[in-house]
Amino acid sequence: MNLKPLFEPKTMAVIGVSASNDRHPANVIYDKNNHRYPVKVYAVNPRGGSLHNETVYPRVAEIPAKIDLAVIATRAELVPDVMADCIAAGVKSATVISGGFSEGGRGDLQDRIVDMAREAGLPFIGPNCLGVYVPFRVDTFFLPIERMIKPEAGGVTFVSQSGGILVDHMIKFAQQGVGMAKAVSIGNKAFIREKELLAYLAHDPATKVIAYYIEGFGEGEGREFVQAADVCSKPVVIMKSGKTAAGNRAVSSHTASLAGDYASFAAAVAQHNIIEAVSENEMVSFCEVLSSYTRPIEGRIGIITGSGGHGAMAVDACSMAGLAVPEFSDQTKTDIKNQLTESVRAIASLGNPADLTGSAVDDDFVACARVLAASPEIDCVVVLLLPYIPGVSLDIGVRLSSVCRQSGKPFIAYVPHVEKYNMLIEGFELNGIPASSSIEGAVLMAKALARRQSC
Amino acid sequence: MLKKEVKAIFEKSRKWGWVLEPDAQKILSLYGFKTPKFGVAATEGEAVAAARKIGYPVVAKIVSPAVVHKSDVKGVVVGIKDDETLVRTLARLSKIDGFAGMLIAEMVKGLELIVGAKNDFQFGPMILLGMGGVGVEIYKDVSLRMAPLKTRDADHMIQELAARKLLTGYRGSEPVNLNALKKTIVAFSHLMMDMRDVVESVDLNPVMCTAKSCIVADARIMLKK
Repeated sequence: MNLKPLFEPKTMAVIGVSASNDRHPANVIYDKNNHRYPVKVYAVNPRGGSLHNETVYPRVAEIPAKIDLAVIATRAELVPDVMADCIAAGVKSATVISGGFSEGGRGDLQDRIVDMAREAGLPFIGPNCLGVYVPFRVDTFFLPIERMIKPEAGGVTFVSQSGGILVDHMIKFAQQGVGMAKAVSIGNKAFIREKELLAYLAHDPATKVIAYYIEGFGEGEGREFVQAADVCSKPVVIMKSGKTAAGNRAVSSHTASLAGDYASFAAAVAQHNIIEAVSENEMVSFCEVLSSYTRPIEGRIGIITGSGGHGAMAVDACSMAGLAVPEFSDQTKTDIKNQLTESVRAIASLGNPADLTGSAVDDDFVACARVLAASPEIDCVVVLLLPYIPGVSLDIGVRLSSVCRQSGKPFIAYVPHVEKYNMLIEGFELNGIPASSSIEGAVLMAKALARRQSC
Repeated sequence: MLKKEVKAIFEKSRKWGWVLEPDAQKILSLYGFKTPKFGVAATEGEAVAAARKIGYPVVAKIVSPAVVHKSDVKGVVVGIKDDETLVRTLARLSKIDGFAGMLIAEMVKGLELIVGAKNDFQFGPMILLGMGGVGVEIYKDVSLRMAPLKTRDADHMIQELAARKLLTGYRGSEPVNLNALKKTIVAFSHLMMDMRDVVESVDLNPVMCTAKSCIVADARIMLKK
């Protein structure tokens, strides 16, 4: 099944636009794509007429072009007829935005459109979903353009059963500077499910990390999915809801999905080299670091800090995350010491964490980072960077990332995220070092790299 | 493919929804698992003959389609050393609902583990390893994996148990035969894959592990509805 027309459409029909209501989901989708994305958009409504001086076509078949993507946003009862039209007109893919299918007790309607699509080989997303967002390509989310927060284009593709969770993560990714390749809301996932998307995304050049929000799998579907993820060369991250009995109840009434026993889920996922994020915080941290670094680590962390307290907090967080913070050898300590500036040399404590103190300047951080980057004692460097230390300049991120790139060893930074420090943060992030806004977040990133090779 | 005898047992057990212990033990021994010597008796004469053949001490257990959890109805008596106690036990067990016989088995000792399986809706057969006995649901010291398993998976499962030190020798106790345990887990995972269409869940509890071997001392096989 070819999903390319879904993600990279050149032509798109929006079916169900309203002549009178500009807030209708179909109208929102039509407006936000028309003349804004490199896709030719056609409005469809059986009554025809015009919308904002552009033609409204009564049926897909009457559009004077082959349609790559049909966005169906009519009432549920009308969807089978619309889909029949799309199939007859040779439409190549569809997303069914409309709700009112299995989640509303109309499993029969859903079965009908699945049967039609399967027979015709028409891949469709949904129903009861937002569809797809691909930066600079297409956006079928029925959220008004002025309300959307869009992260920068980047390596993470997020696939979600819940549209709300997806949009929330776009906001979090934007805040945290995590770039997205695609956002896919699959709703009732009647036809295209997690597994089909995995097969496509595994070969999608823009996608570096594949992230999922999952409520539950259908019968036997979890098994097929984890087995496919196990042989996928890209990191797969999953966040699951419905872990508790109470959560299970909430899920079954949400997208009419059967969430199974969480213990089995967690075990099966971990066994197949999928990284489970147990919180939104982990999800964002894991996605950020895995889009920067692909190689797994064993989890021996070297910590560089300008404050003893930060160092101690990081050591505790590492130990909670199952990461080692080995004491540096005497040789390593001497190597660091020899390269520090004279005033810092006398007061730094270099066990691990290497506490360079509040008197440290950029050169001290860089010198220490160079030694740790070359040392086989550790396989990941966490830098706790306090921008208010007087000797730290705005160049620190750029300078450390050059050390990182030369060594090939992953560096992770902690920098407090306030507007004042943005240029310093970007010095890290735009040069390939993920920067977390919390110590815990920085350690979670290291944990994700260590998990990657678990089995 | 399931063996013909096994299919016949499942066929016969369908009306109860689960497989009686003597039949479950038979399935396991057909597939090469170590099980205790046992016999089933309904009369005093049969009971005494079976116990003498096995050799005292023995354990006696209720066989009844109405009793899934034997301990709950005091349906298990361990350490029976003579004919007299055996006959008294038979008299008591025969009054339990649905009595279909008394299973008399060799007493086996060892570290009590549970090896189980659950046919998960999303992931199919899942295999469980944990500290066994009646406390299994209290301590919840278990590890889970999706079947079928390789030796390496079984190894990881053992490492995941909080009580793993009890298996590798703790305070002078002898370590259990980890190879035998791993083989049991792996073979059981394959058996569960073969039975997945008919079986809902399995408890091998306890599996008695010693320095020599792992013996499945009790087995409960629940069938799909």
